[in-house]
Amino acid sequence: MNAASATAAAATAAAAAAAAADSVEATPASAAEVAEGLRTAGYLPGESTALVAFLAIRMGKPVLVEGPAGVGKTELAKSLSRYLGRELVRLQCYEGLDEAKALYEWNYRKQLLRIQAEASPGADDGPAGLGTDPASASARGAHGDPHDRGWQEISDDIFGEDFLLARPLLTAIASPEPVVLLIDEIDKTDQEFEAMLLEVLSDFQISIPELGPIVSRTHPLVLLTSNNSRELTEALKRRCLYLWLDYPALDRELEIVRMHAPELNDTVARKLVEIVGMVRELDLKKPPSIAESIDWARTLVLLGATEIDSDVLAKTMSVIIKHRTDMDVVAARVGVRLGGSSDEPVPPATG
Amino acid sequence: MTAADGGTTGLPVRLLELASELRAEGVAIGTAELLDSFDALKEISWASERDFREALAATLAKSPEDRRVFELVFERFLFTATELAALAEGGSKDDSEAIDASERKAASDTSAGADSERDQDSQRQWLGDELSSDELDALRGAIAAALQSSATGGPGAEGSMRDLARLAIAAFGSRQQHSGVVGVDVQRIRRALDLRTADRPELGAQDPRRRGVPHAQLRRFEALLRRELERALIERTGQLPRARPLRELDRALPSSPLADLAAVHRVVAQMRRRLATQGSQARGHARHAQVDVRRTMRASLQTGGVPVVLKYRPKRPRRPEVYVLCDVSTSVTSASVFFLSVLHALHDSFRKMRSFVFIERVGEVTDIFERERDFRALSERIAQQAPVADISGYTDYGRVWSEMLDLVADDLHPRATLIVLGDARTNGRDPRSEDFAMLASRAGRTFWLNPEPRLYWNYGDSVMAAYEPYCHAFECWTTSQLEDFVRALARPGLALASRS
Repeated sequence: MNAASATAAAATAAAAAAAAADSVEATPASAAEVAEGLRTAGYLPGESTALVAFLAIRMGKPVLVEGPAGVGKTELAKSLSRYLGRELVRLQCYEGLDEAKALYEWNYRKQLLRIQAEASPGADDGPAGLGTDPASASARGAHGDPHDRGWQEISDDIFGEDFLLARPLLTAIASPEPVVLLIDEIDKTDQEFEAMLLEVLSDFQISIPELGPIVSRTHPLVLLTSNNSRELTEALKRRCLYLWLDYPALDRELEIVRMHAPELNDTVARKLVEIVGMVRELDLKKPPSIAESIDWARTLVLLGATEIDSDVLAKTMSVIIKHRTDMDVVAARVGVRLGGSSDEPVPPATG
Repeated sequence: MTAADGGTTGLPVRLLELASELRAEGVAIGTAELLDSFDALKEISWASERDFREALAATLAKSPEDRRVFELVFERFLFTATELAALAEGGSKDDSEAIDASERKAASDTSAGADSERDQDSQRQWLGDELSSDELDALRGAIAAALQSSATGGPGAEGSMRDLARLAIAAFGSRQQHSGVVGVDVQRIRRALDLRTADRPELGAQDPRRRGVPHAQLRRFEALLRRELERALIERTGQLPRARPLRELDRALPSSPLADLAAVHRVVAQMRRRLATQGSQARGHARHAQVDVRRTMRASLQTGGVPVVLKYRPKRPRRPEVYVLCDVSTSVTSASVFFLSVLHALHDSFRKMRSFVFIERVGEVTDIFERERDFRALSERIAQQAPVADISGYTDYGRVWSEMLDLVADDLHPRATLIVLGDARTNGRDPRSEDFAMLASRAGRTFWLNPEPRLYWNYGDSVMAAYEPYCHAFECWTTSQLEDFVRALARPGLALASRS
């Protein structure tokens, strides 16, 4: 039944927004099912990934995903949204992100228009409209003008939901359908912002002073990603499940590369993965991650390479190595081992 | 850990024990985490050890460091718990020995490469005979070969590795007295087995040890050796070894730079994260300057479009800037290797960092670090190129400070952090602490890491007391002390205290 509902969810994924009302909420029964679902969604989960995702769905807790750049943290959220047939709401964090851009904002242009629209029919004191001149507004109030009541109505009105611009967090909370909320690179923000997130993550509600708290109607699946560039607060960590994504084992990476570059022939793919593994062993500023392996595989497909020797490596190294000094190290250590000629047989897998 | 009595059985108690062991290792586990872990365990099947462990890890260990500690502690906990249960259930010592013997026999039967020797071996090891050196040599080769071939092995590899470990213990472990310390025995057996990761072309072509054993394999093999030795120890003594704290075991004094570079890198990575966090903590709310037009406009709605309340753009912190001074004289030879590796790690972490080495004079080595990646080559380059020794080759702190003032005084600013790595032994020369005080006052924060234990400070020609008032001094001769320093770095308010 669950498998059926999962496929049903997957089927409705495309039309999720349209046919939202009757989409079945998929609640997988086991981690293996989640793993399978992620696979069909085009993501090869590691052992713990599927389990933690499963726990997150079942327990309704946010997941904090940490790991080096390019190991598929963001991709995990995207795939989960595909698998669960939920809409993905993404909040990209950066230094200086504040609540106006993350939670909600009053649409002041619209509010101004509203005030002016209300004011203009009864405006009898010339072009200096009510909306831009509060002094005249209070003057009217003081005179006991019948417009006083109208003003009260307006102020109630302009702080209604119509004038609320929902930013990602509010969108996720207020959505009638459960969504996948991705808070990307949380480590880029300030600690103040983290503190603000706490209410959202533990109670799934947002307090708006003018409207009161908005409580989520459905439970979003929340993923927070971090590149580990700074220590997150204990309070935030405590509310989350923790998932550490690392560089994958050789076999899994091979599978991933094959999935994303199926045109690449098998021996080259295997050798590619082995070389990337070797390169990661070196002491580099930025070791290549899965994203780089895939890019490299695609590059080799485009070039029609049938073998990776030191020549090919030298030409295409810039795809996987992004630092000048790193390039020298790799050329010296790995390039030599590969040898210039391609008649040498592929060495057996080690480590 | 004590033996379970009537009231303390069942999973919740075990989990609490695990949690308290984790806490003892410095993993912060609150009640919330524990409750989460119980919730998580409700959701998964307990049949798979992996799922069980992952579910616990996801709820209890919330950083890569914690995760690593968790793996170690969980492993140890599971091992001692099963051994304890076996002891409680198992019969007499003879029984277990008999079982062990048969297991060991089976081990040598199945072990991949050791077929030829297994007969004599399994006979002789029980008789306590010394094997002849030829036979031992053959066994060494066989184990090396088996380790290499099992590198590509499938799921059965773990089992045959364990058998190999038992075989090795039987052959080499009993030849001398057990030292009683498992770690020592592991190393002794490994040495006796002559296993190395490096290729050795000098050996004969047919010798399996010619190709080096993969590093990961060796690690696994050592772990198994340790485990088997522990098991034997528990059998012999009939009780569990006292739980040792992991930290001291894993993070001892970094004597060889290359092996411990990883540990130092780990600590420094933590340091960078702490510094980044601390930057935004230290940011006050009073230092606002720029008007945020968008937010002001929004706020103006409350007053009908007239911007009565101004909203300001908060000031963003600048990236931390670090100046490091490192003593490389002979009096700190052993420590300077450690310090250079600290410096090496720091350089990977901070964009804005300038490093200096000194003996009698100061030499800037920032660009050497930028160009050179390899640690060994780096130390050589520094030895050759840094113009630090003048005539005597003895440290002259006074001169170093005044030169340093000339070099960087204009660049230093209150947001910069100055870190000095040195032993403060001036060889009787003038410490010129007033120059150091000047440097320290220019920089926001000043730290001094001294490679000597605090006990030795101010003895002989050490003039630490002259400098201590102007900086935060730390003794730093193990990575754990380096971690203490990192913690201190992160403590807010320290900067203010230092300038008062």
